Amino acid sequence: MEIWDGHCHISGYSGTPAERVEQMVALADLMGVARLCIFMGSTFQQDPTPEQLRKANDEILDALKAWSSRAFGFVYLNPKHLDISLAELERCVRKGPMVAIKLWVAQHCDTPEVDAIVERAITLDAPIFQHTWRKVSGNLPGESTAVELARLAARHPKATFICGHTGGDWEQGIRAIAPYGNVYADLGGGDPTAGFAEMAVRELGEDRILFGSDIPGRSYGSQLAKVYGARISDTAKAKIFTTNLKGILTPALARKGVAL
Amino acid sequence: MIDVNVSIGTWPFRNLPCADMDVLLPKLGHHGIESVWLGNLEGLFHKDIAGVNARLADQCAMVNGVEALAFGSVNLTLPNWEEDVRRCDEIHGMRGIRLHPNYHGYTLDDPKFKVLLQNAAERNLIVQLAVTMEDERMMHPLMRVEHVDTTPLVEVLAGIPNARVMLLNAFRAIRGKAIDALVDTGQVDYDIAWLEGTSGIESIRKQIPVEHLLLGTHSPLFYYESSLLKLSESPLSDTELEAITTNNARALLA
Repeated sequence: MEIWDGHCHISGYSGTPAERVEQMVALADLMGVARLCIFMGSTFQQDPTPEQLRKANDEILDALKAWSSRAFGFVYLNPKHLDISLAELERCVRKGPMVAIKLWVAQHCDTPEVDAIVERAITLDAPIFQHTWRKVSGNLPGESTAVELARLAARHPKATFICGHTGGDWEQGIRAIAPYGNVYADLGGGDPTAGFAEMAVRELGEDRILFGSDIPGRSYGSQLAKVYGARISDTAKAKIFTTNLKGILTPALARKGVAL
Repeated sequence: MIDVNVSIGTWPFRNLPCADMDVLLPKLGHHGIESVWLGNLEGLFHKDIAGVNARLADQCAMVNGVEALAFGSVNLTLPNWEEDVRRCDEIHGMRGIRLHPNYHGYTLDDPKFKVLLQNAAERNLIVQLAVTMEDERMMHPLMRVEHVDTTPLVEVLAGIPNARVMLLNAFRAIRGKAIDALVDTGQVDYDIAWLEGTSGIESIRKQIPVEHLLLGTHSPLFYYESSLLKLSESPLSDTELEAITTNNARALLA
């Protein structure tokens, strides 16, 4: 079964960006993962300055020069720096090789500033990967929940969103995004809690779920198990591992002449 | 292979298919698991813990095809907890007990904990201690439970040289120097269920000798395949793999 990983980071490794991806690819080969979506640079910045954004994206661009055969890049943006973010979107996606957008915890995603990013993303066929988590222990100041992403998705039905971590508290996250067919659930980054994929398939359908690992912070074992171990059909597993992500990235890749 | 961290029973917050023996056993067979060390999730919540342990022993006795070793629960906050230890050993013939200090409401500097370890050591019972059951960020808001603070364990073990404790689900809460201090005792073992990060076994064996690492899955709360896949994620020799999956557990039972 071919596997595409929609949620990878180059932090936690050593060396140049290309050398970091080389280490990731070695592990991906070991675990049977064909493609990696990478974003956010070698150092995580929760509220990146314009300079930090550019540096993070430069690192991903560097990595893609060597590994475009195995990796796709998502441009990291910060809605607090809207002009810079739109410029980065232009540089890295419209004129560059990246195919999607990553938003993390700088700003709640249902704030008006995000609308301009989404509108531009629609014109580029670029999906938006938004980190979401709902922590009973308390969220970071700008950290979004799946409910907030659902609000954003409702405002932009033509955009495609990936609900990073499916809200962390996935039982609530799945419920939050269920009514919005333009939001996909990312399985990556949480514990391999039994029942996650089963509930997602039941409530969202097997076409709206994406495999992601959140490596290197997470183990490939724990993340692959969410699909391999789920009591769902092999057809659903194939869609989660490959077909669904391939489907939402294909328009952006086609713009760049990348045939899959 | 021997899985040292499996439970059956009911979890209040989620339906867990593998908590049912009828679902669990075929999965064990599919993955070539020859033996499981089973606790009962009801042991975290029930006050009639003797009844929980008796049912667990009965269920294990009925299992065919896989060796199911019952690990009874002991709650040090209950009156006459010593009787539960005695029954686990003398009535049910269990090889070990499982502790959940954070769910039962005591800390490891409680004098009763030391008494328990002495008692267990005299009876040659393996003591498993679950450090974590759920990600603290994901808990039900009405039931938030801290990880077990294992800091006092180092001093407690120093006073009982023949005691040995197996920490289950340790690696979300215990990292860095805290692991070093426990490793230095030579009396602590760890299962890999909560070992995260890429190539996790390769990383943790730099800190914890392989002879103290064991295969545990934290099933039914975790997908059974998680820990098994972790075995493929790190470059391990056949000897190391056999140690983690089988021989270390067998040595504890010997």
